[in-house]
Amino acid sequence: MSAYLFYPGCSLSGSAKAYAGSLAAILDPLGIELREIEDWNCCGASEYLTLSPLGGHALVARNLALAQRQGDGTRTLVAPCSLCYVNLAKTDRYARDDPGLGARLNDALGAGGLTYEPGSIAVRHLLEILVDDVGLEAIAAHVRRPLRGLRVVPYLGCLVTRPDLDRRWTHHERPRVFDSLLAALGAEVVDFPLRTACCGGHMTQISPDTGFTLIRRLVDAASRLGADLMATVCPMCQMNIDAYQAEMNRHFGSHYHMPILFFTQLIGLAFGSPPEALGIGTEIVSARAALGRIGIEVPAPAEPEAAAAPARRAKKPAGLPMPSLGDEDDR
Amino acid sequence: MTSGDRTEHRPDAFLAEVRAATPAASRIETCIQCGTCGGSCPSAADMDHTPRAIFAMVRAGLRDEVLASDTPWMCVACYLCAVRCPQEIHIPDVMYAIKSIASRSGRVPDAVAVDFSRLFVGNIRRYGRSYEVGLAARYYLRHHPLRLPGIAPMGIGMVTKGRLGFIPHRIEGLDGLRAILARAAAIEAADRAAVPA
Repeated sequence: MSAYLFYPGCSLSGSAKAYAGSLAAILDPLGIELREIEDWNCCGASEYLTLSPLGGHALVARNLALAQRQGDGTRTLVAPCSLCYVNLAKTDRYARDDPGLGARLNDALGAGGLTYEPGSIAVRHLLEILVDDVGLEAIAAHVRRPLRGLRVVPYLGCLVTRPDLDRRWTHHERPRVFDSLLAALGAEVVDFPLRTACCGGHMTQISPDTGFTLIRRLVDAASRLGADLMATVCPMCQMNIDAYQAEMNRHFGSHYHMPILFFTQLIGLAFGSPPEALGIGTEIVSARAALGRIGIEVPAPAEPEAAAAPARRAKKPAGLPMPSLGDEDDR
Repeated sequence: MTSGDRTEHRPDAFLAEVRAATPAASRIETCIQCGTCGGSCPSAADMDHTPRAIFAMVRAGLRDEVLASDTPWMCVACYLCAVRCPQEIHIPDVMYAIKSIASRSGRVPDAVAVDFSRLFVGNIRRYGRSYEVGLAARYYLRHHPLRLPGIAPMGIGMVTKGRLGFIPHRIEGLDGLRAILARAAAIEAADRAAVPA
């Protein structure tokens, strides 16, 4: 059992619950123990840095300080969200490179009774732990139900291999590492040229035209290459491609249907976990048909009305009477 | 691109202001104007100026034009430019610095974008965590009411699939976090004051 400090990030208890649930389901077979940082705070996403760069780094530094204090016999901090990962890694790296910044951050941390020594925590993305520490052979050895016949896009997104301030990656634009992991699950991996292209981040919020254009680029390429679904390592990518796909379709008058699942969900499926234990079915663009083609049965979604019924007052069968709009001639 | 009242100031004053707003070394002063950044940028087509042009404008002291440009706000912070830049300039960090100066000076080209950041940060200061439901509700009602009918099915889907938590999580060390952020803001203000005008 290898133990790591864990920074889940806000979305894992919200829009990316399926990521958290599927990760929990595969920890035991992978021999990983994650120890959540106590009372961690939001990493600020892109928003705190936008208003106050130093404040954004101080926000992140509190998490690094808490991780250092907690220790738990390890100095490796794992983040499953690519944006959290970059924010944590960047603050640590910049504070190491610039002692003046380190001093400023410790000045700020002192106001909250904390301190952080730059470089004392090693920040890594969850994908790196699985590939580098657990290893592909060990992962392949746990595969009980190979994803044979499932054409999967290895959509890594921007922020695992970039900005790579610690220079740990040889390929920033077309790394093969995610391909190899999915291949170890038995999946048929699509050679996807846009594997590290941007999903648009918060553009779906602040500049929808830009966001939809970037989402379409990815979904269109995946569709043209005959993918059954996309795999992701990032809650933001999942949210954009899954939750905003319908609005993107309406925007362009297109009809794409490209499901996107977290890589932990695919690992769980290959390890033999039932789909419902992995949060499969909570995606907005359903992966049910795609998984059904390789013999993985996902239970039909409950009708929203039926699910909500017990909590509500029973409606009158006929509903409200339709108000009369008068005769056509009256208008 | 002339800036009448700015030419009287030292042209490198704005460069100093941008550098002071970038917590780590940005290396912006090493830019060789090769244009690799704009050629790599996935949202360059939607920008007023390419990143290359913005860096030239910063170094020419065109403060008003830079702060009025939507370029930093269209940056998706994907770092493709950053890993390709032959001068290893921390390009997205320069964009963050310009956005912070613009938002403080009240000259943002897009009030919607900065308000999204403010609502997001407001939730962090209030709870210590992000609060997706509260953020989305306030932001869409205020700025994108016409998108609401279109995204309603997605919102309902997110709710019925249990992907939205309605109760914000408040961290225990909120007072400590607020003290840290207040101190950081004071240090940042002192950094700004130290820049020669």
